Amino acid sequence: MIVATMSTSDPVFAKLKAYEAVIATRRRAFTLGLMVFAVGVLVAGWMSEVDFALFFQNIHKFPTYIGKIFTLDSGDFAGRFVLYDVSSWYWGLSKWLRLLIDTLLIAYVATLLGAIGGFLLSFLAASNLGVTPWLTFIVRRFLEFCRTVPELVFALIFVLAFGLGPMAGVLAIAVHTLGALGKQFYEVLENIDQKPVEGLVASGGSWTKTMRFAALPQVTSNFFSYGLLRFEINVRGASIMGFVGAGGIGQDLIEAIRKFYYPDVSAILVLIIITVTTIDLVTERIRHHFISGNR
Amino acid sequence: MQPNPDHSDDALRQRHAAILRPARGLGFILPGLLAGLLVYGLWHLGFSFTKFIIGIANLGSFVVLMFPPSWGDAQSLLRYVNALGETVAIAFLGTLLAAIIAFPLGFVAARNTTVSNVLRLISRRSFDTLRGADMLIWALIWVNVVGLGPFAGVLAIMSSDIGSFGKLFSEAIEATDKRAQEGVLASGGSHVMGIRFGIIPQVLPVLISQVLYYFESNTRSATIIGIVGAGGIGLTLSEQIRTLEWQTVCFLIILILLTVTAIDFLSTRLRRLIAGQQTSAI
Repeated sequence: MIVATMSTSDPVFAKLKAYEAVIATRRRAFTLGLMVFAVGVLVAGWMSEVDFALFFQNIHKFPTYIGKIFTLDSGDFAGRFVLYDVSSWYWGLSKWLRLLIDTLLIAYVATLLGAIGGFLLSFLAASNLGVTPWLTFIVRRFLEFCRTVPELVFALIFVLAFGLGPMAGVLAIAVHTLGALGKQFYEVLENIDQKPVEGLVASGGSWTKTMRFAALPQVTSNFFSYGLLRFEINVRGASIMGFVGAGGIGQDLIEAIRKFYYPDVSAILVLIIITVTTIDLVTERIRHHFISGNR
Repeated sequence: MQPNPDHSDDALRQRHAAILRPARGLGFILPGLLAGLLVYGLWHLGFSFTKFIIGIANLGSFVVLMFPPSWGDAQSLLRYVNALGETVAIAFLGTLLAAIIAFPLGFVAARNTTVSNVLRLISRRSFDTLRGADMLIWALIWVNVVGLGPFAGVLAIMSSDIGSFGKLFSEAIEATDKRAQEGVLASGGSHVMGIRFGIIPQVLPVLISQVLYYFESNTRSATIIGIVGAGGIGLTLSEQIRTLEWQTVCFLIILILLTVTAIDFLSTRLRRLIAGQQTSAI
């Protein structure tokens, strides 16, 4: 260390000493944090039954599984890579495409319904638009409830209430979207420029007119952007609604996985991944267009 | 008294014709298309008013049956709390493993630190693929590989989050200030040193905050991962819903809400702490 070779009378010495003290406290805090963290990892590992011996014993099953789902199990090319006979790999293409369209429509309808609800409620939940505080409080707690309960839990309950089928899925995703978008919308509303609002209030505009002409023009592009992002998320969500019987392509996927129809699993998975990735790319483009076009 | 003609709606429309004109062109077609697709979707997906009303009535009766919430006997309460702990553990380990694996991959996928453009492209597409399948699909696949249980859940969260983290990390790395790295290189540091001392100190707080944010959202996901048999409270919850034990369902939902809120609170605190250190360091 430099300090050791320095005489104690050196004025730099005191500063170096202080510096080392600061570093030492920082190191102590870091070590303490690391220890807490390590204990957390151990406890979590114990609770979630992590068994690395078992894991390494079984890990070879993962590539085997991936290999299996990409191997045809019937027809002239049975036992070979799926691309040898695409028509037998995608034997159910028309059915799966129909289910895929269902899935997209579930996501679309749910996003739009949720967005409309979230849009209306967000004006009541924003604290800067002259709504009574108790109403704001209630609306916010409601939105919180809607987005914290996982949509699949809503789907499980709605399937019992509305019957099996896409309707339950749409409503489940819509409720979750209402909560998520409602929050994002009111946060945007709280960041608007207050001057136009004050101007309209001062010139005697009613509350609805104030919202329409002072608040809304400032937030539309942001609202659209958030809505599109949510649509992206909801396409993923809709692809698994079928796991609990709430419509879409998930029903066929879980059946294929559970009943070991290996090539079907890969066929449906590839369809889902291509669809989701395409939608991601397209909505990203549109969102960039919205954001750059409105500035 | 006559109202001031200047303040009537017509006069207002006349004076600000550009703003108040009825929608035309794209502003008219787009909402029309959106609404049309909505109506078609509702029809296509078999929505009906009677079904809706009956469903709402059913839902109402479920809600009535949910109160008061109850956990049954002490033994099942212990089971629920244990399952909840398992849920948080799954989220924690899954997020951590994903972060550890995605960290080096992020450098491969970032434009300014990648080893080769081919590798960069491959890693980017792999991230997209990993993110393309929902976490629950990964859970189903991992259940086939390592068997039923929470470990499959950990691996499912890990798989889908490697994709998200890889993308986020590489974007954060690309957004760093070049000068620090150039400084290290100019004073004779190697490429690795440039990354270690020029880039990592800049991105680490951002990455940690992103990881914490994902931990929050994974706690929510881990509550449902049990529905396909990958551990956590989801299995218990779906059992209770299917056997119509509404009082227990209500208790479990409240338990989940409390846990998620607590984790949110904790992680928001931690993120603020990290962000605060970051600004004070500058």
